[in-house]
Amino acid sequence: MSDRSLLEQLYQSIGVNPHDLWGRLDVARIEIHANRVLGVHLVPGLEVEAESRAEGIAAKIAVRPGAQLAHPVQVCFGMIPDDGVQQIELRIEIGADARAGVVAHCTFPNARNIRHEMDATLEIGPGAEYAYFERHVHGAEGGVLVVPKSKVVVRPGGRYQTDFELIKGRVGRIEIDVEATVEAHGTADVSARVSGRGDDAITIRETAHLVGEHARSALCTSIAVRDRASAEVFNTLTATAPFARGHVDCKEIVQGEAVARAVPIVDVRHPKAHVTHEAAIGSVDAKQLETLMSRGLNEDDAVDLIIEGLLGGKRQRLD
Amino acid sequence: MNTILALRDIVLTLGGKRILDGLTIDFWQGHIHALIGPNGAGKSTTANLIMGLAGYRNFQGDLIYQGESIADWSIDRRARAGITLAWQEPARFEGLSVRRFIQAGAKDRGEARTREVLEDVGLDPDRYLDRAVDRTLSGGERKRIELAGILAMEPKLVLMDEPDSGIDVEALECIFGALRFFKQQGATVIMITHSLAVLRRAEHAFLICSGKVVNKGSVEKISQYFEQKCHSCDDRTPTLAELEDIRVGP
Repeated sequence: MSDRSLLEQLYQSIGVNPHDLWGRLDVARIEIHANRVLGVHLVPGLEVEAESRAEGIAAKIAVRPGAQLAHPVQVCFGMIPDDGVQQIELRIEIGADARAGVVAHCTFPNARNIRHEMDATLEIGPGAEYAYFERHVHGAEGGVLVVPKSKVVVRPGGRYQTDFELIKGRVGRIEIDVEATVEAHGTADVSARVSGRGDDAITIRETAHLVGEHARSALCTSIAVRDRASAEVFNTLTATAPFARGHVDCKEIVQGEAVARAVPIVDVRHPKAHVTHEAAIGSVDAKQLETLMSRGLNEDDAVDLIIEGLLGGKRQRLD
Repeated sequence: MNTILALRDIVLTLGGKRILDGLTIDFWQGHIHALIGPNGAGKSTTANLIMGLAGYRNFQGDLIYQGESIADWSIDRRARAGITLAWQEPARFEGLSVRRFIQAGAKDRGEARTREVLEDVGLDPDRYLDRAVDRTLSGGERKRIELAGILAMEPKLVLMDEPDSGIDVEALECIFGALRFFKQQGATVIMITHSLAVLRRAEHAFLICSGKVVNKGSVEKISQYFEQKCHSCDDRTPTLAELEDIRVGP
């Protein structure tokens, strides 16, 4: 299969017409299939170095200090075959006072036995702003193991925002691990929204360390599990500096024989820091369900719509 | 008059208390009806039972809708047959947009119709379609959005539980406007209310007390009776002597 055909299949699986994107010279993009970078288009201020490895790629993405990317960088990575391994080692550096966003589509439409690992380190420079949105699209079989790990340092006054979404197709098994260290006046806003069914297994670890004065963080997780799926969410927020502010929020909807667990840990070691947490696990709200059924939706469709709202709605942001 | 819905000798007991006690009513097709009565009389219970909500399904008697018993029907089956309910306090849906909420039960799910029904309840589509039906909306806004969804559904029978509860005058006018649209659509409306302003929008009223119809007829007749005889009796069941001049039945 040609590279172009592979890319077209990847994009089709996420509902994007690649020709629309390829025609946009003002939008940067990076396209990766398995262990090969099939396409890179850069814009001023953005630098990408990538090399193929046996089972994946290693890449460094840098945004030069002061650069302001007008449009989010479009990243598409995944695998068309039904089995294989994709390991991505990523180093991201956002220079001081730079501003950049990334929209990443990760797709395994035919997965039966796929392992996808991401090992990322990020440094958000002083006064820089970086927003990352990652949407996963998996096939109907659930034969995927996804292990994304990120270690992030947010330098003074930097802003880091990440949102992970996996609500289409089967999850398979996913183990998300994000750990952010936030320095003075910095912000880390971490969110994940995942819907599991069948025997899907979801583990999410979100951690933020507020180490600088006025550092802020929100860790928000929304999960829906049905059938025999399971979800475990470990949110940890530590605050060791004055005027640090943080919030942990975990919502889980459980249907059928599914199991959900939330373990929020709040560790405050400065009397002028303030951290709150909120966790809610339960079935779909009966009044919401009956309202939608009184519009003619059957129970399954009503549950789907409620979950679509919970997982697909605009995520919480810090003030 | 054609009867669209008939309640036949309904007895419902909740928590050991008989809430509906032989309730028998005929609702006429295309009319706006009001159910009034003191708190605890069984008005909202009647609406919930007609809709088939959980906890209101185990009753004696029968519910006949368009000539067919619907006592065993699920909520959604009743809704697909044209029955729906506007709640006293509409549910909130985190993350669900007004557009998706309205379109969920709409007969025509097109954008034009969605915008039209929002305008019908006095809300600007450009400001509301992409907002979530959540706590950022006021109670009055949620009531109007719920009515917009019901207008889009084009139902045959609309149950409105205290449509004026918790809303301002402007929102109330929009709700009265929705009543006119329902009437134009040929829908039957059953309103549960304590408000004279709402009652006056009805064409026919039933006074319920202790789970029974104790009087029925024109709005003027029933409102007068309610004002004169029921406001002083609070929650208690009228005695036979008090009820002797009441005519119940067709």
